[in-house]
Amino acid sequence: MLRVDHLVKTFDPERRRRRQRTLGEEDGRVFAVNDISFQVAEGALFTLLGPSGCGKTTTLRSIAGLERPDSGTIEVGGRVLFRGRGGGKAVNVPANERGLGMVFQSYAIWPHMSVFDNVAFPLQVRRRGQRPGRRGISERVMRVLETMQLADLAQRSATKLSGGQQQRLALARALVTEPPLLLLDEPLSNLDAKLRESLRYELKRLQRELGITSVYVTHDQTEALVLSTSVAVMQSGNVMQLGRPRDIYENPNCRFVAEFIGTSNFISGHVLAKEGDRYTVDTVDGRLVLDSAAALPVGADVIVSIRPEAVEIGTSSRAGEVPNEWTGTVLTNAFLGEAVDHVVRIGGHEIRARGNPDVSIAPGTAVYLWLDPGKLALVPVG
Amino acid sequence: MAAESSAAPATGPTAVGRRRWWPPTPKMIITVAVAGAIGYLALVPLYYLLWGTFFDEKGFTLSGFARAYGDERIGEMIANSLWFAVGSALLSLVVGTALAYLNVRTDVPFKALFFAASVIPLIIPGILYTISWIFLASPEIGLLNTVLEPVFGDGVLDVFTLWGMVWVEGLHLSPIVFLLMAATFRAMDPSLEESALMCGASRWQVFRKITLPLSRPAIVAAVLIMTVRSLESFEVPALLGLQNGIYVFTSRIYFVLRTYPPDLAAAGALAVGLLVLAMIGVAISNLIGRSGRTFQTVTGKGFRPHPIELGRWRPVMGAAVIVYFVFTVIAPLLVLLYTSLLRFYQPPSVDAFRTMSLDNYRELLHLSQAMTALKNSLYLGLGTATLVMAAMAVAAWIVVRSRIPGRQIVDQLAFVPLVVPGLVLGLALSFVYLRSPVPIYGTIFILLIAYCTRYMPYGMRYAVTSMHQISSELEESAQVSGASWGQTFRRVLLPLLAPGLLAGWIYILVVSFRELSSSILLYSPGSEVLSILIFEQYENGQFTVLSALGVVMVLALVVLVTLAYKLGARVGLRQD
Repeated sequence: MLRVDHLVKTFDPERRRRRQRTLGEEDGRVFAVNDISFQVAEGALFTLLGPSGCGKTTTLRSIAGLERPDSGTIEVGGRVLFRGRGGGKAVNVPANERGLGMVFQSYAIWPHMSVFDNVAFPLQVRRRGQRPGRRGISERVMRVLETMQLADLAQRSATKLSGGQQQRLALARALVTEPPLLLLDEPLSNLDAKLRESLRYELKRLQRELGITSVYVTHDQTEALVLSTSVAVMQSGNVMQLGRPRDIYENPNCRFVAEFIGTSNFISGHVLAKEGDRYTVDTVDGRLVLDSAAALPVGADVIVSIRPEAVEIGTSSRAGEVPNEWTGTVLTNAFLGEAVDHVVRIGGHEIRARGNPDVSIAPGTAVYLWLDPGKLALVPVG
Repeated sequence: MAAESSAAPATGPTAVGRRRWWPPTPKMIITVAVAGAIGYLALVPLYYLLWGTFFDEKGFTLSGFARAYGDERIGEMIANSLWFAVGSALLSLVVGTALAYLNVRTDVPFKALFFAASVIPLIIPGILYTISWIFLASPEIGLLNTVLEPVFGDGVLDVFTLWGMVWVEGLHLSPIVFLLMAATFRAMDPSLEESALMCGASRWQVFRKITLPLSRPAIVAAVLIMTVRSLESFEVPALLGLQNGIYVFTSRIYFVLRTYPPDLAAAGALAVGLLVLAMIGVAISNLIGRSGRTFQTVTGKGFRPHPIELGRWRPVMGAAVIVYFVFTVIAPLLVLLYTSLLRFYQPPSVDAFRTMSLDNYRELLHLSQAMTALKNSLYLGLGTATLVMAAMAVAAWIVVRSRIPGRQIVDQLAFVPLVVPGLVLGLALSFVYLRSPVPIYGTIFILLIAYCTRYMPYGMRYAVTSMHQISSELEESAQVSGASWGQTFRRVLLPLLAPGLLAGWIYILVVSFRELSSSILLYSPGSEVLSILIFEQYENGQFTVLSALGVVMVLALVVLVTLAYKLGARVGLRQD
């Protein structure tokens, strides 16, 4: 459906020129997006995830036609929207001729128009031949407002809506032309935590029901995990890992991804033995067995990523019953509501363990830790 | 969905990677036209001014300078100019700052009067203000002198002196300083002062050691702006100074042009000198604004502190406010109204009141010039405001939103006329259009060009400020929705810019309605405007008719300014 190939975007020429003077010719080019490629299947929700400044929004805006990439190709449904020089005939379709839908971070709802007018706008500005008549516009606007449960508010001034309603209005406006691709730029980041959570599921339901192909940009890993069919984790203009949410969470391919997606403990070591998918790793704090799909040779330097929820904690030894038993001392604990976090000192490290809120062990207590081999991830070094 | 998507963008890849320059799109035509017009208005007059000053038939020459600055009284003229400018600026600063502090930070009574006083420079043009002060404090006919005569003797107040000029100009400028400083005091975080109080400082110490140093950038800016404005002021020096031969730059230029034959090169040389002085003032204020220590005194907190209680000083300060109000508002307006009802100018007496009538207003109706002037002023105001705001909306888009290379130049060009005094601009334009084959000189259009040039910077400021307030996402979402540049501009940007554009439109309408200093060099019989007519009537000694005309003009301005506030409020309301 969407195909992005070798997309490159450097900062705008003015800034580049200024930097070049200080940095010299070669390292003067500052990449916002550095040669990234991905494809999005029909009906999928693809998420670009990363910290601010990683290039995710630039990528989205390049697809929308609001930024002009330096090179690469962007295709939607087989139609070339952008092709840089060097790959055949250069193409750059202006944003207003791309026919895509977009929801902006601020929602960009026009404050001088009613709810109805906001949604009708994309239909009204079409060329004469393709513009539906007044009745046609009205029907289609009302249909999409129905879907978004905004039909009652059609005549209301667009500024008199709550945060959630504004978000649905922005979505209605983006969807009224039934675009082949929907672009969402951090649409939940302006809302308070509670509303954000409920709208997250609402958005997922709508996207799956309407089957609309979407590209979603966020810096919130929970949002990415909940919503996406696939995720690309980005850092300084590069895609670090691309895959299904579960794969990325469970098998991060580098320390950055493991750190960015949820909290994690990291312990370095090297591969001692390998038997099918079962690895034995020698770490500075002791030996660990774990299951991993990664193909790493014996002797390779690795980092073991240990999610807090993969660590179980107790006061009596279960050696022999379960693998990977370590011992340590509780430093602090914290009640989080749905769980309790313990920070445990083992040798030279501190490990965070998350577990049942009923189990709370006082600081200073000697404890046993069990690390679930199925939930440990092997991250290659370098 | 599939059917829809193939229908909408059926044209396929339309724009190629390299921008096509031909055929030009409406966007290109409009942006190029606006940028070109701005460049033309900003640069061409200055070019011709320099050319006309430095070149004659024989080539490069400094003879204009020799004639202009060779006079033995030139040193006195320059000293007068600086004295007048700095004196007026300081007077307006002291008065304006004190009033602003009283209004914003204390429980001084009669706060409603402050607002009334602050619109005075808008509704009483400089020429009327000066004339009413002549009625009040001229040694021969001044009303105040008549009142003071029994105590102090003959003609104790003389407005036709340098001190008189400073007094009138400073008072007229003080409301502007009031507005500037009130905004500064309002934006300042009160906790900065409160913490000083908690450290044991007295109110006066807080004002001296905390408030004033913190507002120093604003004070310096205000002094410089007011100095440049007084330097450029024409009305006060022309009406008050020429009488006793107290020349400043502007009145000297006027004088040189009025003697026969007019020495254009010498006037140009004086104009260049004035322009240089004005540019130095603006440059210093920019320099200080950028490099000077600026303080982060604005914080997000929106609460208002408890106003300082003046205690036993409250009646004193209240009286001071009343006195100020009487001097800046009541007295000038009353004397104008009083004179307009007399048959000939005389001090108030039973006799004078008995002869009062509306004859002067009746005469205005029969004075064909008056009707022409009113019409011209109105047309010029409407035309200037509309043209400037329409062009500046596009210019603001170019500067704020577009990525057209060189857009910053458009911004800078639009602000060039700000440093050009009105009289200098008038002179420069006459240099241009006396030579131009297009018959514009002597028509009302040369005034239109002059006004558009003079008020372009104000229009630009309004438009750019409003443009900055509109999130670029609002524009981008229209683009993504399929709207072309024209559609986006018309349906999204213009409605959102409307309040700001309207405010700018009305401001320009008001200021061009009373423009004098450019018009005085460019008008010709048939294209007089109101302020010119008043000036002419004053020179002819027609004080009573002039006063009637002045009252009419003030009333018209009151209507316009009220309309401005009303419209502004309504548009503002619809906004939120």
